[in-house]
Amino acid sequence: MQMILSTLVDASRGQFALTAMYHWLFVPLTLGLGFIVAIMETMYYRHYKKNPSEENQEALFWKKTAKFWSTIFAINFAIGVATGIILEFEFGTNWSNYSWFVGDIFGAPLAIEGIFAFFLESTFFAVMYFGWNKVSRKFHLISTWLTAIGANLSAVWILVANAWMQYPVGVHFNPDTARSEMIDFWSIVFSPVAINKFFHTVTSAFMLSAVVVIGISAWYLWKRREKVFAMKSIKVASIFGLIAALLLAFSGDKSAYVVSHTQPMKLAVMEGLYHGENGAALSVIGLPNPKKTLSNSEDPFLFNIKIPKMLSLMANRDANSFVPGIYDILDGGYLYNHIDGRVIKTASFEDKVISGKVAIKSLDLYKKALSIGENEKADVLSSILAQNFNNFGYGYLDSREQLVPPVQLCYFSFRIMVLLGGYFILFFILFLYFIKKNNINRFFLVVAIISVPLVYICSQCGWIVAEVGRQPWTIQNLLPVQAAVSGVSAGNVYITLTIFFVLFTSLLVAELMIMFAQIRKGPKLTE
Amino acid sequence: MDLLNIFQLYWWAVVSLLGALLVFLLFVQGGQTLLYSTAKSDIQKRLLVSALGHKWEITFTTLVTFGGAAFASFPLFYSTSFGGAYWLWLLILFLFVIQAVSYEYRDKKCNLFGKKTYDIFLFLNGMFGTILLGVAVGTLFSGGAYYMDKLNIVTYNNPTVSYWANDWMGLDAIANPFNLLLGITVFFAARTLGLLFVMSSFNPTLYEGKIGEQVLNDSYKPLVTRAKSQLMTSGTAFVLLFVVFLVVLFLRTGFSVDPSNGMIAPVKYKYFLNMIQLVWPLIVLLIGVVLVLTGLLFALFDKKDHFIARNAFYFAGGGVVLAVWAVLICAAFNNTAYFPSTVSVQDSLTLYNSSSSLFTLRVMSFVSIAVPFVLWYIIYVWRKMRGVNGGY
Repeated sequence: MQMILSTLVDASRGQFALTAMYHWLFVPLTLGLGFIVAIMETMYYRHYKKNPSEENQEALFWKKTAKFWSTIFAINFAIGVATGIILEFEFGTNWSNYSWFVGDIFGAPLAIEGIFAFFLESTFFAVMYFGWNKVSRKFHLISTWLTAIGANLSAVWILVANAWMQYPVGVHFNPDTARSEMIDFWSIVFSPVAINKFFHTVTSAFMLSAVVVIGISAWYLWKRREKVFAMKSIKVASIFGLIAALLLAFSGDKSAYVVSHTQPMKLAVMEGLYHGENGAALSVIGLPNPKKTLSNSEDPFLFNIKIPKMLSLMANRDANSFVPGIYDILDGGYLYNHIDGRVIKTASFEDKVISGKVAIKSLDLYKKALSIGENEKADVLSSILAQNFNNFGYGYLDSREQLVPPVQLCYFSFRIMVLLGGYFILFFILFLYFIKKNNINRFFLVVAIISVPLVYICSQCGWIVAEVGRQPWTIQNLLPVQAAVSGVSAGNVYITLTIFFVLFTSLLVAELMIMFAQIRKGPKLTE
Repeated sequence: MDLLNIFQLYWWAVVSLLGALLVFLLFVQGGQTLLYSTAKSDIQKRLLVSALGHKWEITFTTLVTFGGAAFASFPLFYSTSFGGAYWLWLLILFLFVIQAVSYEYRDKKCNLFGKKTYDIFLFLNGMFGTILLGVAVGTLFSGGAYYMDKLNIVTYNNPTVSYWANDWMGLDAIANPFNLLLGITVFFAARTLGLLFVMSSFNPTLYEGKIGEQVLNDSYKPLVTRAKSQLMTSGTAFVLLFVVFLVVLFLRTGFSVDPSNGMIAPVKYKYFLNMIQLVWPLIVLLIGVVLVLTGLLFALFDKKDHFIARNAFYFAGGGVVLAVWAVLICAAFNNTAYFPSTVSVQDSLTLYNSSSSLFTLRVMSFVSIAVPFVLWYIIYVWRKMRGVNGGY
């Protein structure tokens, strides 16, 4: 049974990860490019207002520039929408238990997203895309801004929902319905994890869009085409990108702090930190030992270059503070500062499993007591359940290994994300400098073009850290993946996974070919 | 009746209304099925696709929102139906994914598969997307082969709450004649609305100049004429199938739930009884039918450019919304078990055992106040964009 279940969980996770990763190839570009197009169109509108004539060259230039980038937006928009609906439905098709267990909390942001954000985005997108020269300039400009805002609003709600899974606040468990129920909407929306996740994700999308705009413009310069268009696009994108990248770094730093105080295991795995220490060092680059397992005493690293005390500083804002390692988290017994201000003496994995099983068993007995009318007994059981509910999900686990996410994948993804993130701050500063000099060395044009795939890798790695790093939890401490999955057979999921893989990959190839063709065609400024 | 019950009814009404709006908006899908039989030349195809191209996102977004609202208000339905009738929902997904990209990609250079493939995608979505959505709605009455026990969550090794009872995982729902009847009815509803939309979006003033006139005379006018002649068959099929569906539905044995103890029992002619006991859904249904018939008759036989004939699409569309809404209301109101289990009747879903908590339903009810505002701006934008021909 365990074997079959684990295959099913792997297939379902694989399918969801595949969809999410493809979705995140298309969506970040629309989040940032929407605003970049809106800024460009605003330039057009302002120039046109100064001199309302069809001969106004400056205005015409910005119009064509905005129009070009909005076609790139449109190519990504449709496929982003298509992959998005699959994610929504997959909660039900592949994670049905999860959907039932938390539909109360998770479903609400999703519904709000549909009503407030998606309609805004898709309604005004039609105007932005088809409305040039057909509706008034002002109405078109407003529509472009509303499309950009709508796209980003969509991100708010799904990220609130995701943040809740990482840090489940604002709920209580109702033994009568046997599920978690929302008791505080605003604490879910404004949880520190949600706020930080939103800023970190959205600014990363802005940065990605800016790099893409610079990369495409650099290609024109390399081909000695569209010089004015490319230089001005680079200017807008570099400013936009630099601001985004700085905010990104800031929210990234905050993320480390938040993770440390909500999901210590994720932090330990990101660092490959098996043994916690006071004044813990940050690993800059190293090679985690593939032979290392929980039960052997191999050195966790083959080599490791570290900055002393840095990890403690990042995690707790205190260079000498204690950062727990994987073993510490499993063994318990240290003092842990939770993000909500509580200081907790942590329990061992085994104690949490017992507590979780007690919670689950008392739910069972509570129901049985109620059904035979033993209400007093039921009350006692209900309070035992409430006391142990924080460990509810541990009741479904039975080995220490299940609690530890893959170290290597998280370790490297985190490093790639941070190193590339730092690189892009330099990248934007450099291009601003080139723009000021009005000259870009051809070597740096190649650098810009190569940076486009790199920024996508950076972005994907961020999500790998966030999502692989929280395994085995669908909802932190409350519901592990094996208790969240649907009652489908693994075979069916493998078939749909394969279909999705073929479908998405061919659509991605088509999308890229169309985009390259559109780029080759260019903004047609001379027409 | 306590507050929770009121919210449960309210949210069933809202989700049903979204479902009804979705069926109306499937005119986009219906329009896509005209790609071969009605729009024959390349220019006609282009005209058809650009007319529908401004609208597909709204249909798509309504489907997404319908899913989101169902998830949030009746999560046990979401988990039982989606996780059980797995293949039904995934086939629907595949069919909608290929639609989303096709509008954008079909006319682009280097689109890998060629324009013809994207047209086939649009056609498949129009034909089978509508049928399968109808099948999915049909399961609200015909039910599904599932077991559901919320207390499974206390089994450490196997905590899944609901299971499909056979290996067909929803393919069995597609083979069910009742579901198929509804599926095909929805298909003809969509196609009829698609034809009416083509006729109503016809605006000769947009086609100026020599090329414009040529397009108008050689392509657009013949397209509209052909649409009108096909409306006769498609509209008749839709109306007849809908009547047959109603008869079959009203003769069907449904399941009622006793709200005091949750016990479920079969009741003969349950859905018919719901209509006549509640009365108002019956009135809504009848108004809907009258509107559809009025729209169709004026579109077919009016010769004086009457107001109703010009707005036949909206009359018939509004009628479809009302009729579908009334039917969906009867699936769960009046203490009816919706999506009954065909293998274990007591496991069936009802508004009472499948909804979110009072708190969530209340929060979302505040949100739902925004829906009229959303509708308002969609209509506002559509009107603004009316004069847009999408380029030919």
